[in-house]
Amino acid sequence: MKKPFTIVVFTENKIGLLNRVTSTLIQRHINIESLTVSESEFPGIHRFTIVILEEEEKVQKVVKQIEKQVEILKAYYFSDEQTAFAEIALYKINSASVAKEEGLKSLILKHQLKELSKEGEFLILEKTGKKEETNQVFEELKPFGLLGFVRSGRVSLSKMIGSFSGHLQEFELHSKEIITKYN
Amino acid sequence: MKLVKEEVQDQLKKGQKPQRMTGAHAIIQSLLAESVDLIFGYPGGAIMPVYDALYDYQDVLKHVLTRHEQGAIHAAQGFARVGVKPGIVLATSGPGATNLITGLADAKIDSTPLVCITGQVGSQLLGTDAFQETDIISISMPVTKWNHQVTKAEEIPDAIAKAFHIATSGRPGPVLIDITKDAQFAELDFLYKKCKGFRSYIPIPKLKQESIDQAASLIDVAKKPLILFGQGVILSQAEQVFKKFVEKTGIPAAWTILGLSALPTEHPLNVGMLGMHGNYGPNKLTNEADLLIAIGMRFDDRVTGKLETYGKNAKVIHIEIDPAEINKNVFADVAVLADARDALLALLDKVSPNEHIEWHDQFKKHMALEVEKVISKELNPEKDGLTMGEVVKRVNDVTKGNGIVVTDVGQHQMIGCRYAKFSQSKSNVTSGGLGTMGFCLPAALGAKLARPDREVIAIIGDGGFQMTIQELGAIFQTKAAVKIIILNNQFLGMVRQWQQLFFDKRYSSTELVNPDFITIAKGFGIEGKTVSERSSLEADIARMFEHNGPYLLEVMVDKEDNVFPMVPTGACVSEVRLD
Ligand SMILES: Cc1ncc(C[n+]2csc(CCOP(=O)(O)OP(=O)(O)O)c2C)c(N)n1
Repeated sequence: MKKPFTIVVFTENKIGLLNRVTSTLIQRHINIESLTVSESEFPGIHRFTIVILEEEEKVQKVVKQIEKQVEILKAYYFSDEQTAFAEIALYKINSASVAKEEGLKSLILKHQLKELSKEGEFLILEKTGKKEETNQVFEELKPFGLLGFVRSGRVSLSKMIGSFSGHLQEFELHSKEIITKYN
Repeated sequence: MKLVKEEVQDQLKKGQKPQRMTGAHAIIQSLLAESVDLIFGYPGGAIMPVYDALYDYQDVLKHVLTRHEQGAIHAAQGFARVGVKPGIVLATSGPGATNLITGLADAKIDSTPLVCITGQVGSQLLGTDAFQETDIISISMPVTKWNHQVTKAEEIPDAIAKAFHIATSGRPGPVLIDITKDAQFAELDFLYKKCKGFRSYIPIPKLKQESIDQAASLIDVAKKPLILFGQGVILSQAEQVFKKFVEKTGIPAAWTILGLSALPTEHPLNVGMLGMHGNYGPNKLTNEADLLIAIGMRFDDRVTGKLETYGKNAKVIHIEIDPAEINKNVFADVAVLADARDALLALLDKVSPNEHIEWHDQFKKHMALEVEKVISKELNPEKDGLTMGEVVKRVNDVTKGNGIVVTDVGQHQMIGCRYAKFSQSKSNVTSGGLGTMGFCLPAALGAKLARPDREVIAIIGDGGFQMTIQELGAIFQTKAAVKIIILNNQFLGMVRQWQQLFFDKRYSSTELVNPDFITIAKGFGIEGKTVSERSSLEADIARMFEHNGPYLLEVMVDKEDNVFPMVPTGACVSEVRLD
């Protein structure tokens, strides 16, 4: 059965690697639900967070194919239960027409929306949370005349121990071993 | 300026401290530092500074001018497959670079080490649709093990050093470096340091002793084990220990077409070829085996047939260097992630001697049936028309298993792999994973240049020959003494066979009206002869080998012969058909 999985890839900071990762997914006809590229906790190492909807067996295989690429340090995959994750959504409404409406105020309170900007005639609201939550806000804001909507890719951190930093040390050790053994 | 050997060596010695030179010279110096002495290529605008620099190094760095960039890369593949060095290719930007794609894809899937250097438009023009600009980095991404664009002269030595390391280590593969023209012209302080590794690339996984112990215990209790060996045995230079392992355990060993020649074909424990047109016994008995020991092979679908029923009675040990191959197609009960040689060295001490006599008898019985139904008709035909198999047999009679056989793709390839005899490793060159028609002629040229001491026989179909026929020009110019045999059935034979068997004999666009190949060869200064009679075949083959230089022998074979045994696509290996 297809389920959402978060693939986390640690890479060197090099142009073109994103292309290699996505083309590995595309080759297996896997659609990317969301994608976030950012720095990681390690200097010079980037982190890709990719959400896909797939069967676990296929995810397992594609993650190995991603991980084997040169300059990719490590790739993991997690089910939703194994990670803490969120997305940010922004909503734009015409403040002039709705500012006085009580309904909007209570909506802002209820969903703990942040007023990101209220310059000029537009109000831009922010909601951080899971997709269902940001979708709910979307639905409830609709009657107020939604002029713009955008949602970021997922960011997530695994809830499990055994982290990438351990792997990183292992890599550095192992690649030294290889160098001495095979050169 | 033309440099002689001593001057170049002198320069290399001086290479300990930085020397001022152009990027183009740095490219050549880097290649020399990697012990390159032969490159294949084709010049053009964006790579001209490199070609200009090459002019100074003619005595130490030979350049083979093929007639097409596809020819250059296939030649480099042939060179790498039979020799000890990676193949090196030079090409210009745009069409020069895109013409490399088929060869890159072929080398990627068949794990062949190549370093390709393409010229690129000046860095200030990148992304502007400049003349002969193409985004070769993006285009080649899925068909290279690694690629990299260099826009500054000072990046050249490190990029090339990394390219060599990546191409040749672990599971080898093709890499491509795209170098902008301004980087070729600009000057740098050149200092070359070989790359020995870096943290984000683990070419060889760490061998786990438990996996060896588990494998050894499975091997020791197995009653009907079968070894499936692939190119990993050759790439890890494991032939010797592999042979010892096979002999100690007494386990029958069958090969993929890329593994062919890793174990002498006449070895008593060599039970033949796996897969679609493989031998009857290994296919049929895969499903009776209780243990499959896969070594340096990747369970390609042409080997496994229908996966659901593949090896259904067997446990599987998979010895493999590439973690992504484990459990990709066939589940491994024991995965030994390692260089095949390391794994076999570790296993050899652990396993107990055995003979498996009854199990072997089954292979012998199957072979007897295959000889009766297929092989004798192919090798000793009673009909008038010539068969492909008898030609290969005659070649064997001369080479005694010591030749290098390069095949193209199609019926003749399957017949070549099935019947050619090999007593040395690195002797069978064929496009396995990609099945690239047109591979053979240039690959044979490359193979001959890598191993001028050995006979190189190119066995090609009349279709595939015409895909890279222009490389007769490169063969003529280099005088490489390739012995070319066209097995001419006047059809795209393999496709015709499928049309006959699976499409009601509807021969849609597979019949070829061919030119006079001998006249064409003559135009290229290559001698040749057509043979269509059994009575002169032996003498004609002898003459081909005696001839000093390249030679073309066109053999007119029966038009509608089929290759058997055959596992129809999608069928189970044990459903292998003898007719
Ligand atoms: C570049 C390319 N195009 C098409 C094919 C499909 N194909 C596989 S075998 C074959 C026929 C080969 O005919 P020929 O070279 O005459 O060899 P034969 O099978 O007759 O020995 C074709 C067209 C291929 N493998 N490669």
